[in-house]
Amino acid sequence: MSKSLLTLDGVGVTYDDKRVLHDLSFTLLEGEIGCLLGASGCGKTTALRAIAGFEPIRAGRIAINGDTVATVADHWPPQRRGVGMVFQDYALFPHLTVAGNVGFGMNGVASAARRQRVDELLEVVGLAGYADHYTHALSGGQQQRVALARALAPAPRLLLLDEPFSNLDVELRERLSQEVRDILKSRGMTALLVTHDQHEAFALADKIGVMEGGRLRQWDAAYALYHEPADRFVADFVGEGAFLPAEVVGPGELVFELGRRNCLAMQDCATGSKVQVLLRPDDVLHDDASTLQARVVKKAFRGAQFLYTLALPSGATVLSLVPSHHDHAIGESIGIRLEIDHVIAFA
Amino acid sequence: MAVSLSSSTLPWVECIIDGRNQAAVGFIRLMDIDIPHTAPLPPTPRRLPRRLDEHALAWLVAAVTLVPLGVVLASLWQPEGEVWRHMAEFVLPQLLINTAWLIAGVAVGTLGLGVSLAWVTAIYDFPGRKHFAWALALPLAMPAYVLAFVQIGLYDFTGPLQSLIRDIAGDSSWFPSIRSRGGVILTLTLVLYPYVYLLARNAFLTQGRRALEAAASLGLSRRQGFWRVALPMARPWLVGGVSLALMECLADFGTVATFNYDTFTTAIYKAWFGLFNLTAASQLASLLVMAVLALALLEQRARGDKRYTATGRGAANRPERLPPWRGWMVAGACLLVLSLAFLVPMAQLLYWAWSVAAEQLDLRYMGFVGRSLALSAGAAGVVVVLALVLAYAVRRKRDIASRLAARLATLGYAVPGTVLAVGVFIPLAWLDNHLITAAHALGWAGVSEVIKGTLLVMLLAYAARFLAVAFEPTQSAMQRITASQEEAAASMGLGRRAVLWRIHLPMLRGGLLTAALMVFVDVMKEMPITLMTRPFGWDTLAVRVFEMTSEGQWEMAALPSVAIVLAGLIPVILLAVQTEKHA
Repeated sequence: MSKSLLTLDGVGVTYDDKRVLHDLSFTLLEGEIGCLLGASGCGKTTALRAIAGFEPIRAGRIAINGDTVATVADHWPPQRRGVGMVFQDYALFPHLTVAGNVGFGMNGVASAARRQRVDELLEVVGLAGYADHYTHALSGGQQQRVALARALAPAPRLLLLDEPFSNLDVELRERLSQEVRDILKSRGMTALLVTHDQHEAFALADKIGVMEGGRLRQWDAAYALYHEPADRFVADFVGEGAFLPAEVVGPGELVFELGRRNCLAMQDCATGSKVQVLLRPDDVLHDDASTLQARVVKKAFRGAQFLYTLALPSGATVLSLVPSHHDHAIGESIGIRLEIDHVIAFA
Repeated sequence: MAVSLSSSTLPWVECIIDGRNQAAVGFIRLMDIDIPHTAPLPPTPRRLPRRLDEHALAWLVAAVTLVPLGVVLASLWQPEGEVWRHMAEFVLPQLLINTAWLIAGVAVGTLGLGVSLAWVTAIYDFPGRKHFAWALALPLAMPAYVLAFVQIGLYDFTGPLQSLIRDIAGDSSWFPSIRSRGGVILTLTLVLYPYVYLLARNAFLTQGRRALEAAASLGLSRRQGFWRVALPMARPWLVGGVSLALMECLADFGTVATFNYDTFTTAIYKAWFGLFNLTAASQLASLLVMAVLALALLEQRARGDKRYTATGRGAANRPERLPPWRGWMVAGACLLVLSLAFLVPMAQLLYWAWSVAAEQLDLRYMGFVGRSLALSAGAAGVVVVLALVLAYAVRRKRDIASRLAARLATLGYAVPGTVLAVGVFIPLAWLDNHLITAAHALGWAGVSEVIKGTLLVMLLAYAARFLAVAFEPTQSAMQRITASQEEAAASMGLGRRAVLWRIHLPMLRGGLLTAALMVFVDVMKEMPITLMTRPFGWDTLAVRVFEMTSEGQWEMAALPSVAIVLAGLIPVILLAVQTEKHA
């Protein structure tokens, strides 16, 4: 049973009398990679900076590895918290070489041991042989690796990553995020990253927190966020989907245009009340044998699949992911089938 | 330019610094010319006659600076005269010692004062921080020669401070003399520290913040972060700031003259007016140019070849609040510096001016003001036109030759005024002699002076010195006009001249106004060129200040000084208003 390494308990941050973070609470277990996901201005970076110690908090408590590092009254300076940080712009020191940057935070380590550790870390991030280069001569991806190695060098208890891949191009971003996950996992590092890109969050993180307006909407694994969103905002923000009107017909049971299903984690709604059912594109399958017919109103080619927007007889639309050899013209009617046991519904 | 200034509250100072920096750095980077980052414009059909070719224009403008510089440097190879031998034996050693002390003292002083003020105002929050941040740059508005005589008036034996000490303690003989090497160094440090302060502050604000956070996340305290990160990262800025201050220091004439502290500039002046020996003046000037060049080289070496790019954008990080008692101590220290460098001298200046205003504020004084205004305005007009021509040529051509011309043309800002005065006068005097001979041959026996003794000498010297000041804002305004804007105009049927009138000039208006204003104020404050090349009767405010301080008449010198300082504050106010509007 692993212990909790990072705990936020009702944390609030205020800038010039403006609240930017409300009642933020979550826990990260040792060895877990967490992610705060949200649009810009949602407070995710502020949360990261509060954990690192760059922002004082106005409410709540932050604990790292059992030490309470921040309360309203007590603020540990960043250098005491034992937290490594990878900055969005890397913040490498231009007056030092790659080795100088990586070894920077290893105070009190004998120079031979330091050099050995620097070399080992450069090996890990795939930059062996670059020790004596200056950082401005490196590519964006290489700078990113130096920043990671530098943050890992002092062996922090917790690693924070602020939009670590946003300055890289898409292809490199995907490759590097996988690499970073492998490095972190192989070292058993606990890490928290911040991003606006849900693919990045899904690729890297064990736990994801969706933030909006300075509040945490849901803290969960990626699967749960996608298939069991806690509220309508999370359902909209994460992934694609459509909402269909439905009626509650019994305890945990409802009826909508595509059938009758059990409802999961449904707030106790009175029988007869009207709700909205969330259908993801992968819940709706194409099936020529089905009697349920829907008309293609829009289609988007996604390589292996088509994303069809389908109009039901009532006029409501749903999304469906269909293997791309099923190429149907707009206006055509196709058979569909619901591949889902329990649905999620919102009032 | 390696050091770029991006965000600050004081664009006018940046203008000055940019211009000066450009000139300084230009000295050694003549060959290291940036390849234009935009594609060259498509060649336009040549309709202009050959004599209006942009290259020719650019080099013509550059000649304004190159001819005087060349004349002065050429004197290095001139045969040594009797006067020169005398100087080398009896004068030169003292000049060198004095100059070396001055440079060392001002370097240490401006660095210490500038860096510490920049650090506290950039990183910490304390009472009055926001106001100190801009006010600490104010001493730049006061010419060094004005502060010089005010300092002497304040701290000399008969001054108010020592009188007060005598009233209380009965004896003030222990008080260190202001008329000393230390006094000159102190005065120049107080005037010139803003260069280091502004550049260092800019470095700490733009790239220090995020780097300091990174250092903190790696376990360093603020103090460790300063020594291991902020200071080494700011090195190019610091070297830049100190070398600007030292160049000013080498160019300074008024301060050392007031303190009777002999340096190259005063020696040139004496050779010129005391000995009427142009050759000796020019040889001294060439040595001074060599000193400036050495400084520029040193700057280049110290800056190193590392390219420093800003680390991080302006982070949302707010300054760290100091505990109350420390905060008040820091505020007190800032106030002390500001008082010594600006507030107290300004108060003393106003007091003196007020005491003589009734009798001195007469038609004669208005004459000084009028001539100063006329000269400044005239010079501003000439210099801006030259800068515009140069910037336009560079834009049309975008090649090495035109950029080299621009580099060379803007060198003058790094060259002391005394040197340029000598360099402009010598060739014009030569030309004059030939014109007079020609006139006599043609039968006009009465002709004795054609160019000498006219405003042309003065205007050319001003142009050589201040072209960089006008070129910087003009060129940056020009760079904001994109090639596609020109192409859009062309696609709507506008010819080249129409593009110039309907696109370039309207879009350049702001930049040209800034350029004119900067030159105006600089000429207003200028002393050595005005002293050495003014036609008979052209006494300006600066000349009046020089004459009165030479006679030790501080009250009389105060009145014209106030006018000069007020003129120096114009751009501060105007541009502050402008910034306010944009913000």
